[in-house]
Amino acid sequence: MHGTRILDEADRLMTVCNSCRYCEGLCAVFPAMEMRRAFSDGDLNYLANLCHSCGACYVDCQFSPPHEFNVNVPQTLAIARAESYAAYAWPQALSGAFARNGLVISVIAALSMAAFILGFAVLNDRSVLFGVHTGPGAFYRLMPHNAMAALFSAAFLYAILALVMSVRAFWRDIGTPIGGRADGGSIFQAIRDAGELRYLHGGGVGCYNEDEKPTDRRKLYHHLTFYGFLLCFAATSVATLYHYLWGREAPYPWWDLPVVLGTLGGIGLIIGPIGLFAAKMRRDPALLDEQRYGMDVGFIAMLFLTGFTGMLLLLLRETAAMGPLLALHLGAVFALFITMPYGKFVHGIYRFAALVRYAQERRSEAGS
Amino acid sequence: MSSKYDVLVIGGGNAALCAAISARRGGASVLVLEGAPKFYRGGNTRHTRNMRCAHDAATDILTGPYTEEEFWEDLLRVTGGQTDEVLARHMIRESKDILSWIVEQGVRWQPSLGGTLSLGRTNSFFLGGGRAMLNALYLTAERLGVEVEYDAEVTDLMIEDGMFLAARLKRPINGETEIRATALVAAAGGFEANIEWLKQYWGEAADNFLIRGTPYNRGSILKMLLDKGVQEVGDPTQCHAVAIDARAPKFDGGIITRHDSVVFGIVVNKHAQRFYDEGEDIWPKRYAIWGRLVAAQPDQIAYIIFDSTVVTSFMPTLFPPIAGQTVAELAGKLELDPAALDKTITEFNAAVRPGTFDHTVLDDCRTEGITPQKTHWARRIETPPYLAYPVRPGITFTYLGTRVTREARMLMSDGKPSANMFAAGEIMAGNVLGKGYAAGMGMTIGSVFGRIAGREAAKHARN
Repeated sequence: MHGTRILDEADRLMTVCNSCRYCEGLCAVFPAMEMRRAFSDGDLNYLANLCHSCGACYVDCQFSPPHEFNVNVPQTLAIARAESYAAYAWPQALSGAFARNGLVISVIAALSMAAFILGFAVLNDRSVLFGVHTGPGAFYRLMPHNAMAALFSAAFLYAILALVMSVRAFWRDIGTPIGGRADGGSIFQAIRDAGELRYLHGGGVGCYNEDEKPTDRRKLYHHLTFYGFLLCFAATSVATLYHYLWGREAPYPWWDLPVVLGTLGGIGLIIGPIGLFAAKMRRDPALLDEQRYGMDVGFIAMLFLTGFTGMLLLLLRETAAMGPLLALHLGAVFALFITMPYGKFVHGIYRFAALVRYAQERRSEAGS
Repeated sequence: MSSKYDVLVIGGGNAALCAAISARRGGASVLVLEGAPKFYRGGNTRHTRNMRCAHDAATDILTGPYTEEEFWEDLLRVTGGQTDEVLARHMIRESKDILSWIVEQGVRWQPSLGGTLSLGRTNSFFLGGGRAMLNALYLTAERLGVEVEYDAEVTDLMIEDGMFLAARLKRPINGETEIRATALVAAAGGFEANIEWLKQYWGEAADNFLIRGTPYNRGSILKMLLDKGVQEVGDPTQCHAVAIDARAPKFDGGIITRHDSVVFGIVVNKHAQRFYDEGEDIWPKRYAIWGRLVAAQPDQIAYIIFDSTVVTSFMPTLFPPIAGQTVAELAGKLELDPAALDKTITEFNAAVRPGTFDHTVLDDCRTEGITPQKTHWARRIETPPYLAYPVRPGITFTYLGTRVTREARMLMSDGKPSANMFAAGEIMAGNVLGKGYAAGMGMTIGSVFGRIAGREAAKHARN
């Protein structure tokens, strides 16, 4: 018996699935399952995070509900996955943030944006907040660059620390029987698998929404979101280099690298989350962990807000709306950063770790 | 109220869908009547996982060639010659083309599953299993414009002089209606879920049978056809039976209730007595005989008994083994006589001769001086905990069917071919498979004759 009801159920299902194995060609979960005859908590959390929730095993299963064996792997692993985020969260005192995640994220987002608006209003003259600023350093008339960099670096570093500590606990728990450090080859394999969302494809036919027809486009929208996010991150990084290495201050002209990267990324961060949200609405509730609806939508909303406020800021940066928009954008980004370790963002980190583990297991099996 | 189609397909499994797709591609309007609800659609196809097709060269999922001649020899061996050679060779020839045809209908292949390496050369596995295959076929059929009704119980067939006229359909709502069609394809399976029918041949023992597929495989269409003058084929008393876990549900436990551990221990009946050589032959032959053997034992129950040293030698099982630290404790849990079980195990252990164990070949580990012997893989059962799986006969399919021609056209009892009635799948499998079985043949029969039946039915309807 395991610590939680959902891990007991996951154990029951993996026992059913391990005596069937029809789904082993669909994704990584079932081959990983076949390497085991019994399942520890760590094993189940590993399998849960390896699952990409494509839904294929549910529509392909002869024992899914209403069959009395009641095999629903995507939903069970989705719940187990969400519970694993809380179980490995660092510090543990904050793991409760996952319980009412939608609420937590929206409150933090609202407070962050309000704090930036208020801060700008208190620290600046009204004419500065609603003034028209152009040319290099325009943004820093509202908030000094060093203050901005210090605040966001602190938030970002904290997020990194919390994520590292969390994933470390996860990695240790899923360590048996391979154990030890990740090798370069496995990490490279996992980067490829994650980069192309290899297992979000229903075994090759596509993923599933409301019935047994593979009509899901989440893979496309996830790519737009993920690569959009990376492009925005790259834009910020390039801008930071510009600032410190060459003393070139934002805002930059539309053709300059940070703006090009940010624009492309911003478009991805607007279309991607909208698509993901629409796809979510169309999915069969039987596949989903509906308790975590708030967490999923909260993260999608934060990404969208980041992209949307960023694009508005770009379009209206030479008008009087720049001040308030900058506050909103910075508030959104700040909230996104500090909630990263306590929201849906962690799915990517845990899944990546699980993919590294899977690549290791495959190599070790092939080598033995 | 009545409606008219070119081709009416009764049934909803692999054969029915191949027939429907092939008839529709042949230009016919097609209605499929599936007696089961949507979730349980497809009869035994839900539980299948592969198909045996001849091929002259290795493919990306098949490890080597499997020639027509080799397929024919395998068929001859498993049926002991009880097959229609002309029909069987025709099927084997057609099976080559099915490998690619079925992919064109949206089905996807994968290499053989873990634990089934012995089939890697001969059998193509469905990615995601039989239900995935069905989903693909239904999707293709619907895209082509085939109409499908579920919960569609056919209560009567109107047949005159070997000519199908109409079917009476009872819908769960809207009541009875008549469906007329220019041609009929019967692909509604056997009668394995019809306990009353099984009792005609097996008596009360049939009450203790577990049915591996859905409760909807009742053989009502087969019965109607035979009652209305279609010639029968196959031994009505025979069915494919394997030993499955006694804790399995009465219906639809599928493949996961099977046991392949017989070879690693001994099998006793309710009197704690052994009754057959557990080491007679290697998989899959030994797999297919144990259902029948258990059916012949009192109360149709038996127990596979082994010890803790062999637990990891076979695939993990759905139900855990029942365990006891002593033979007496295990006997108590199984409600067997402890003294009798102890005596059986002691005598067996004493009879085991030294040898080199190898479960992949007929090894030299055997017993001497007991009856029945265990001729291979005999090792002492002596390391606690002692473990057991209770098993009962699990019925997969029946052999009784309708006789057909190479065009899948039914033959009437006077020997004349029917003008417009065709059959495909388990309902006519007895033409090719008089007895016995080899993995994947049921699906070959379904796809090959389904495709032929649909094509011929459409041809008839369009003329």
